[in-house]
Amino acid sequence: MPGAIDVSSVLRSGAEVGPVSMRPKIVTRDVNVFYGEKRALNDVSIDIPERAVTAFIGPSGCGKSTFLRCINRMNDTIPTARITGRIEIDGENIYAKDVDVVPLRARIGMVFQKPNPFAKSAYENVAYGPRIHGLARTRAELDEIVESSLRKAGLWDEVKDRLQQPGTSLSGGQQQRLCIARAVAVSPEVILMDEPCSALDPIATARIEELIDELRQNYTIVIVTHSMQQAARVSQRTAFFHLGNLVEQGPTEEIFTTPSDPRTQNYITGRIG
Amino acid sequence: MASRLTATQRRWQRRRERIMEGVLFLCAASSVFVTIAIVVVLVWESAAFFAHVPIATFLTDTMWTPLFADPRYGILPLLCGTMLSTAVALCVAGPLGLTAAIYLSEFASAPVRESTKPVLELLSGVPTVVYGFFALLVVTPFLQTFVPNLPGFNILSAGIVIGIMIIPYVASLSEDAMRAVPNALRDGSLALGATRLETAFKVVLPSAISGVAAAFALGISRAVGETMVVAIAAGQQPNLTFDPREPAATITAYIVQVALGDLPHGGIGYQSIFAAGLTLLLMTLSFNVFAFWLRARFREAY
Ligand SMILES: Nc1ncnc2c1ncn2[C@@H]1O[C@H](COP(=O)(O)OP(=O)(O)OP(=O)(O)O)[C@@H](O)[C@H]1O
Ligand SMILES: [Mg+2]
Repeated sequence: MPGAIDVSSVLRSGAEVGPVSMRPKIVTRDVNVFYGEKRALNDVSIDIPERAVTAFIGPSGCGKSTFLRCINRMNDTIPTARITGRIEIDGENIYAKDVDVVPLRARIGMVFQKPNPFAKSAYENVAYGPRIHGLARTRAELDEIVESSLRKAGLWDEVKDRLQQPGTSLSGGQQQRLCIARAVAVSPEVILMDEPCSALDPIATARIEELIDELRQNYTIVIVTHSMQQAARVSQRTAFFHLGNLVEQGPTEEIFTTPSDPRTQNYITGRIG
Repeated sequence: MASRLTATQRRWQRRRERIMEGVLFLCAASSVFVTIAIVVVLVWESAAFFAHVPIATFLTDTMWTPLFADPRYGILPLLCGTMLSTAVALCVAGPLGLTAAIYLSEFASAPVRESTKPVLELLSGVPTVVYGFFALLVVTPFLQTFVPNLPGFNILSAGIVIGIMIIPYVASLSEDAMRAVPNALRDGSLALGATRLETAFKVVLPSAISGVAAAFALGISRAVGETMVVAIAAGQQPNLTFDPREPAATITAYIVQVALGDLPHGGIGYQSIFAAGLTLLLMTLSFNVFAFWLRARFREAY
């Protein structure tokens, strides 16, 4: 199979990964997204399990980011975007009329493709969310949230002596971990990551992957990635998208070893993409 | 295929090129020469002035009475009038300009923004003399209805009108600075559950702060140099005061007053306008340089 990507070496056995709880955190049914007249997603229905990493893979333009942005309603910020269908988090329809996006987004953190620290100190970057949501009553409480978030993002030791320096002065990988710390600081239940490593070098990428593996103990993580090795390394479940359709989903090993759809087969062996 | 040029033709062509280049250079250089010439004249005449009036007196004397029998040449009253009218202007243009900029950059839909900005910029096309009469004949009478004993000439109404005048500068330049903030930062803030207002004030504005400060510095520089409005509406007596309700003269108002011919050419009173002009130039120049530096720094950030 020339040009095939061999991911079997990085897949871990089920025993190592541990059983994935199948309590679904996020349930979507028949989600369609339109940008103006253009339909970007067709009837996407998926259950995303709690405290596990779910990877979205698929060729460029297939709608992975679009779907991810439905889950925290970031598509609301695009005037032309229109969505139909149902998305439930813990059984609650997030597109119901009376849902306020502000607390919703506080429950669902997001990490973007390019690190996007604010033009503030590292400390203030992490403190931003807790401040706007009033999570700390005293400076000491805020300090504590900032420290524990930076620890969870594996960044504390590197920045503890320069918390007052601008977040933008950190390296790319550190900036991305700062953004993860910023998301973690508001204690979200879900963390959405849209190609979080695509702007990073292999070492910084490995660091973030380790971190994702640690975070899944406490958070439901959805990650979009173009690297099949990365999907295989960090996720327990994988969903393959193609031209706006959710083609196939299941435990990561199954998707990579015994895909049932020929399109998935072709994508993971490098024939489409 | 075109025939090739002979050696003579080529020499002529080269010479023509060089002449044209020289002409273009002269055109470009002339504006620089004129500016330099103005500065030289200013410095030259000011030097003559300072030969009679020590700089220390000029900077510390509290009276400016070049037209009196016993002339005094202390720039402080004029400086004070200038700064007072500028401060009033800033109190008006700062909040309003910034609010307009935030609205246009962060909240207005594209069609609203596209139609509002030209209108805003049109405001800066109104001749300043119109603003001057507006201050004297509309704003002052209006203020008099609730500010007791407000004289017909006062710094307050001149300052307010200058403020209205510089709103377009402040708003338009601040808006440019805020729109230059990458959307990724807005998304980052919104995704954390911030409202659009929180995002505008706590993320976009701080990111654009040097650009916004540059807009303010340019606005201040305009207010400092503004002449017509103060000459018409603020009265023309130099008056060392910190009360904007009083009449006072600014540096610019003094210069027009004298330049209109109250003083004999060549006298020390005449030279005093050059000293005043030099002071003004240094003030506006320093604000412009400051703004330039801020904008350069802002551009570096993104
Ligand atoms: N703001 C938008 N306006 C109009 N069309 C859009 C917009 N965003 C995305 N699209 C379209 O929707 C489709 C899905 O885009 P999306 O960004 O979700 O793809 P993706 O799978 O994330 O691709 P990539 O791997 O390149 O990031 C594409 O055809 C894209 O052109
Ligand atoms: Mg994408």
